[in-house]
Amino acid sequence: MMTQKTEKTTISFSDEVTSRHGGETLTACYQCGTCASSCPVARLDSSFNPREIIKLSLLGAKEEVLSRDAIWQCCSCFNCQERCPQNVEIADLIYALRNIALEAGHSPNIYSDFASALIAEGRIVQISKFVEKKREEYGLPPLKPVGVDDLNKILSATGFTKPEKTEESK
Amino acid sequence: MKSYVLFLGCTIPARQPNYELSARKTLEKLGVELVDLDNFTCCCPPPIQSINLESSQAVAAYNICLAEEAGLDIVALCNGCFESLAMANAALKKDKKLKAHINEILAEVGKEFKGTIEVKHFLQVLMEEIGLEKIKEKVVKPLSKLKVAPFYGCHSLRPSKLLQLDDPERPTIFENLIEALGAESVEYRDKLKCCGGLLKGISDDTALSLARDKLVKTTKAGADCISTLCPFCFVALDIGQLQVKAKFKEVYDMPIIHYSELIALALGVAPEELALRSHKIKADKVLEKLA
Repeated sequence: MMTQKTEKTTISFSDEVTSRHGGETLTACYQCGTCASSCPVARLDSSFNPREIIKLSLLGAKEEVLSRDAIWQCCSCFNCQERCPQNVEIADLIYALRNIALEAGHSPNIYSDFASALIAEGRIVQISKFVEKKREEYGLPPLKPVGVDDLNKILSATGFTKPEKTEESK
Repeated sequence: MKSYVLFLGCTIPARQPNYELSARKTLEKLGVELVDLDNFTCCCPPPIQSINLESSQAVAAYNICLAEEAGLDIVALCNGCFESLAMANAALKKDKKLKAHINEILAEVGKEFKGTIEVKHFLQVLMEEIGLEKIKEKVVKPLSKLKVAPFYGCHSLRPSKLLQLDDPERPTIFENLIEALGAESVEYRDKLKCCGGLLKGISDDTALSLARDKLVKTTKAGADCISTLCPFCFVALDIGQLQVKAKFKEVYDMPIIHYSELIALALGVAPEELALRSHKIKADKVLEKLA
């Protein structure tokens, strides 16, 4: 008689990250800390440390990485990525972690606003009537139509979903 | 002289017609024709990349396709637009598998990324298309009494592997373009550090501290103004000074002037034609030095 396998095979968190767009270089990190010492945010806020985010991701601390604020504190300056001796694409990796966190329902509410504007207008900042009038005064040409229908087709084809606002989020 | 497609993005038309106005006047004076295309969308910068990196890359590629169809290179004024589009352009040109994948998505809207154009930053067009010598010749109002602190922002330079604007640690393009106007380019500490703009609405304290740091260090270096290339850096430092005043009780009164505005002035565009009044920190101090 065959013994039934009870163990579930689950994909490790680092595999999940490296399979994502932007997350491919995670496992090249050897924890030297060049990223943290190049980080303008870490200099001001000791709760943010890119090396730590990578370590936790490598160790499989999925919940900790995805649910804490840290991944949202990166200012996307790419200084760390520029200097990483292992060519870990750290800023892209943080985007990948944010993409995963957001699918799991964690994200600051502001991202929901960006997504709403993008879907509705094809722009993330709305053009007011006041500014359109100002353009005329300045002699600037009228703004061209935005390809919002094509944009929405591309968003659908790539599984873009608007993050929901959560009450506990800022 | 070559024509370029102008990629305006969202923030410049919505909030900073002063940037667009001065850039258009500058390029007109220098004989570069700008073409405005239908159907451009948001470039999908970091806030959208944070939601879905693949969607963002596909949308950037879509925008590049529109310029490919027009057969013209893109000039971007905003660092955010430049980064999103130039990164996608370089990545797709380099990686055939990625290109095939993105083209499957673009087929839904009848587009195909071919890799036939370049995405250039406003500074690159000035440097490569016009050149320092020609700019110097065209300067009619040299800014010779002015000490200008160049502020590159992040996404003009990094990631340098894809953007290739200049050396990411020791760039010179902006400094040289400032000095071509007769002004002095001022060195200051942490010149290449972030303005904090993208942290607004997420961690406002950190964002404001980063902006304040620029004001402290450029003031210490004796700058008359900070020159910017990006609408986010501009807002962080211009409106940011009102917030710094409220929170830290510090007044810097440091005019923030887009490079496009500086060069337009040097090329002889009258200040009143430039919407300088829209700056929160008035440019009067700078204009007095030019009189």
